[in-house]
Amino acid sequence: MRSFKQIVTDFGWPRIIIFIFLVLLFFAAPLVQVSVLASFSDVFNRFGQNAVFVLALVPMIQSGCGLNFGLSLGILAGLLGATLSIQFGLHGAAGFFGAMVLCAPFSVLFGGLYGKLLNKVKGEEMTIAMYVGFASVFFMSIMWLLLPYTAPDMVWGFAGKGLRTTISVENYWLHLLNNFLSIRIGDQFMFPTGEILFVGAAAFFMWLFMRTKTGTAMTAVGSNPDYARAGGISVDKMRTISVIISTFLGAVGIIVYEQSFGFIQLYGAPMAMPFTAIAAILIGGASVNKASMVNVLVGTFLFQGLLTMTPSVINSALKSDMSEVVRIVVSNGIIIYALTRKTKVTK
Amino acid sequence: MSDKMTFGRFFRENAVLIIFIIITLLAIKPSGLSLVYIIQELITRLGRNSFLVLALLLPIYAGMGLNFAMALGAMAGEIGLIFTINYNITGVNGLIFATLAGLPLSVLLGWICGVVLNKAKGREMVTGFILAFFINGIYQFVVLYVMGSVIPVKSPAILLSRGYGIRNTLNLDAVRQSLDNLLMVHVGPFNLPIAPFLVIAALCLFIIWFKKTKLGQDMRAVGQDMLVADSSGIPVNKTRNIAIVISTVLACIGQVIFLQNMGNMATYNAHDQTSFFAAASILVGGASVKRASITNVFIGVILLHALFVVTPNAGQKIFGQAQIGEYFRQFIGYGIIALSLVLYAWRSRQEAARQREGLRGNAAPAEGGAK
Repeated sequence: MRSFKQIVTDFGWPRIIIFIFLVLLFFAAPLVQVSVLASFSDVFNRFGQNAVFVLALVPMIQSGCGLNFGLSLGILAGLLGATLSIQFGLHGAAGFFGAMVLCAPFSVLFGGLYGKLLNKVKGEEMTIAMYVGFASVFFMSIMWLLLPYTAPDMVWGFAGKGLRTTISVENYWLHLLNNFLSIRIGDQFMFPTGEILFVGAAAFFMWLFMRTKTGTAMTAVGSNPDYARAGGISVDKMRTISVIISTFLGAVGIIVYEQSFGFIQLYGAPMAMPFTAIAAILIGGASVNKASMVNVLVGTFLFQGLLTMTPSVINSALKSDMSEVVRIVVSNGIIIYALTRKTKVTK
Repeated sequence: MSDKMTFGRFFRENAVLIIFIIITLLAIKPSGLSLVYIIQELITRLGRNSFLVLALLLPIYAGMGLNFAMALGAMAGEIGLIFTINYNITGVNGLIFATLAGLPLSVLLGWICGVVLNKAKGREMVTGFILAFFINGIYQFVVLYVMGSVIPVKSPAILLSRGYGIRNTLNLDAVRQSLDNLLMVHVGPFNLPIAPFLVIAALCLFIIWFKKTKLGQDMRAVGQDMLVADSSGIPVNKTRNIAIVISTVLACIGQVIFLQNMGNMATYNAHDQTSFFAAASILVGGASVKRASITNVFIGVILLHALFVVTPNAGQKIFGQAQIGEYFRQFIGYGIIALSLVLYAWRSRQEAARQREGLRGNAAPAEGGAK
């Protein structure tokens, strides 16, 4: 039996505070005329929107590459897939899943190169990942202007070339997952069944994968690389595989996000996305070198809950928009908390 | 080391520098800018940016890598400037007031940063980066909600119309270029702002002197090897704290110098890219995460800004879109930081591998093992 104190220490004070804060927000909502039902609907929707990103972090944490601050590479691959799918004029399910198929080769290419790079810089992955991610975002910004896209829905109407900053997916695959088997109660509550099912399936396959031979080997590499090498596992290969999977899931994640959000955001937009995902998995209880499906699901729910509830409740209560400040402080605070824990630094 | 200074080796050691010079030289022609214009811009930018870049040196000596948390100091400087404008203190006095007002705050923030980084040994850079984001959140809270409501800020020129919170952009007319114009010398077609250069020279002298003091030596010892430093009785955590505090204070002063030259201040974003530009500069100048010198700072500022001056025009001429030049600037800046971090990490791993070979007594060169 673990004592209560032990459980609290394991879970970590920041997480408990965030959890209590979120519960209080839900209780406070009716008092300031915010509909709890609509809030829940928003939380579920945003949970589904973001969970795949957060899931994408798991393989790299497990293989000892740390928090994937370079998730933007995956997001860029996903953006390539999504824009190509629209360029080819694919609609509905064909468009949505077509985008995923189209982003796969880019994910493997980007992830493979990125993984090779990270293998050369073991111990410094996180800082380097961050800057590789930033640099790629701006490289692709140049590409969005130069690549020969022609679909009139995507390019600037005036010049006839160069992609727009935001591209609507309304005519293609808007809410494809959200509306699948969705449950509506009144006009305030909508449960995005398809989206949640998709997240559930992705999490299940990840869970299953982590229990296969490759998955176990990956975890071994992360826990103790020397031991893993002695056991005949190729450390570098496992790490590269984990990076490729993470990059591909990042790509799938952005496509799921877009079908729910309604827009493809290009140029500087992917810059901040890795940080949100990282904050979520850390709030869920993951550390820099250990993460589980529970961390992903709980973390995404808590963090997205917080992001949904603070604007609506606090703004109604204080009549001013503090949500941005709360978001910055909470998400970065939790990342600092995780980075300053005493954990074995993997070499 | 028995290796000859071959071309290949020279290239490997100065890869970042060489790539940079080549790109800049290639971009000068299509940019269509005159050499006089470019040089004047560089003189201005040297005065504006060098101080901030110099602020990075001490943490590098102390082995803490690039201080990506220097935005903390920049924010302290900005708060100082907000008060300067609020009390309408003009000219150099205003700058001195802003610095003095920002000083205690930057010491406090620097100390917090030091404590946090001491808990994150081995990943100082990424932690510092996130810490800057975190404190930015608190800065926004203070400036947007507390100023004018709790902290007395009265000037209607800087308050939002709702009565509290500071406006998005602050006009720094009262102190604009007051330091630059204090002692402006005109040489041929060029204007030389002597005063900021004197301040920068003073800082360089301070750094040279500081390195020779007991504390400076301790700092280098900590940077070499924390365990050895600890066992020889150097208070490791305290020394690291001092390095970060000094760096944060310098960043505060540096940001005041930077903003007086710019003449206006984006209240909520002015510090966003402080560490990015500074880190990119020093790395372009040939510094690494572990080794940097004053020379690296000046070479870096000149090269980075030479590129930044020419790329928007070059982008316009080559691709017909100035936006491409803008993105290219960002790409180069981030790319250069990534590249130098990669090269450094890669080299130190190779070094470690060579030492291991030496221990095994394999065919490794004898000097390789000794290092």
